Amino acid sequence: MRVYTVSQVNQHIKGLFDADEALQAIFVRGEISNYKMAYSGHHYFSLKDEGSVLKCALFKGRAATGLRFRPANGMKVVAYGYVGAYPQNGEYQLYVEALQPEGVGDLQAAFEELKAKLAAQGLFDPEHKKSIPSFPQRIALVTSPTGAAVRDMIRVLGARWPMAEVNVVPCLVQGEEAAGQIAAAIRWVNEKHLADLIITGRGGGSREDLWCFNDEGLARTIYASEIPIISAVGHEPDVTIADYVADLRAATPSNGAELAVPDQNDQYARLYHLSQRMAKAMDRRVKEARSALAQAGRSRILQNPMTWVDDRRMALDHRRERLGHALQGTLGADRERFARLAAALDALSPLKVLSRGYAIAQGPRGVMRSVKDAGSGDRLKLKLSDGELTCTVD
Amino acid sequence: MPAKKQLTFEQSMARLEEIVTALEKGDAPLEEALALFEEGTGLMKQCSAALDKAEQKVAKLLRGPDGEAVETPMEDMEL
Repeated sequence: MRVYTVSQVNQHIKGLFDADEALQAIFVRGEISNYKMAYSGHHYFSLKDEGSVLKCALFKGRAATGLRFRPANGMKVVAYGYVGAYPQNGEYQLYVEALQPEGVGDLQAAFEELKAKLAAQGLFDPEHKKSIPSFPQRIALVTSPTGAAVRDMIRVLGARWPMAEVNVVPCLVQGEEAAGQIAAAIRWVNEKHLADLIITGRGGGSREDLWCFNDEGLARTIYASEIPIISAVGHEPDVTIADYVADLRAATPSNGAELAVPDQNDQYARLYHLSQRMAKAMDRRVKEARSALAQAGRSRILQNPMTWVDDRRMALDHRRERLGHALQGTLGADRERFARLAAALDALSPLKVLSRGYAIAQGPRGVMRSVKDAGSGDRLKLKLSDGELTCTVD
Repeated sequence: MPAKKQLTFEQSMARLEEIVTALEKGDAPLEEALALFEEGTGLMKQCSAALDKAEQKVAKLLRGPDGEAVETPMEDMEL
C-alpha cells in the first residue's frame, strides 16, 4: 500500500479543482460573514446561505478594480471568481475577482431592458432631437435647489451668458418620488411656457442615487417636451436613460451649463470682427464719396464757405466728444479694443466728412452727382452734418 | 427692416451681419450706405451695451395653488 504525504494529497486535490472547468469562472450569490481586511490589504470573508458556507479571498490587486463598495457582514452580494484549493491549509475557497451588492445585477438588467424597449420605439432617434437655442433667454433648471450641482450650473451660466434668466424649478433628484417630481416639473414648465430651454440633472452619486433618471415615465416626458432639454446627470461615465432621450447629453451639470449658452467673450470677438469689417467697407465707401464731394465742391454755390457751417461743426465736435466719453464709461478695460474700433468707425462716418464743410445735395431725383442733375427753380435739400437745408436753384 | 428696440441680442447680431455684408458689397447708393452705417453703429453700441450691462437673474419657481408660477428668491447661495 502506498503512503502519501499530506502535501501530495493537497496538491492532488488542488489539481482536481484546477482541472474542473465548472469552477473556473462562476458567480456565487450569498451573504457576507466573518469579513476582515488583512493588514496586507487582502479581503477575507465567507459567503453563506441558509445551509452552507464558502470561504472567499479577494486580493488587494483585484480589489482595486473589482470592488466598488465597502463590504460588511450581513450584506447580500454576488461574487465572481474561481474556486481553488490552498494546499497549505487544506482548504478550498472562492478566489473573488469582482464583488457587487445583490440587486445591482437586477438593476442593470432592468436598465438594459428599458433601454432596448425605448430605442425600439424610437425615443432616442436623432431625428426627433430638438435643437438647442443659440441664445436662450430663459433657462429652467429642473433639479435640487441645494447642493453643488445647481450652484455649478448657475455659476457657469452666469460667467458665460449672464443675459439668460435662470429659474430653478426645485424637485427631488434621488429616491422613490424623484422621477415623478422631475417629470411633473418638466410638464409644468412646458404647460406654462416658463423657459425656452430646460436643463435637468444632478451631481454624481452611486448608481442607485442616479436611478430616478432611468425611469420610463420620465423618459417619455422628456421625449414629449416641446422645450428642448439638456440632461446633465452625474459624472462622465454615468449614462442614464434620460441622457439617451434628452435632446443633448452633458457629462456633468457644469458641462450642461456650458452647452446651454454662448460665451460672452466669443460674442465680443464677433462684434469686434463685424466692426472691423464695417470700418473697412465704410472706409472704401467714404473715399468714393469724398471724390464725388470734391467734384461737387467745385460748383459755385459751395465755393463761398458759410460761417454758420463752422458753428455747426464746432457744436458737432463738442457733441461727439461727449459721446466718446459716455462710450468709454460703459466699456470695461478689457473691452478697450472694441471701444477703439467704435471711435475709428465714428471717424469714418460720412457725417464726419460733412462736418468738414461738405454737403450732400438732394434734388427732386435723389442725390445729385452733377450740376446737370439740377434745373433752374429746383428745390434742393442740402444734408449737412447736423441737419438739412432747403434751397432753390437760381 | 424689423422694428427697432424690440430686437433680441441674437436678432441684432444677425441684422448687423446683414448690414456689414451689404456695405461690403458696396453697391448701395450713398444715402442707403449712410443709413446702413448709422443703423450698424447703433446696433453695435446696443449689443456691446447689452453685453456690458448683463446681470444674471436667478430665481426659484414654485407652483402656486392655481398652478401658476410663483417666483421666489434663491436662498443664500454661495456661488
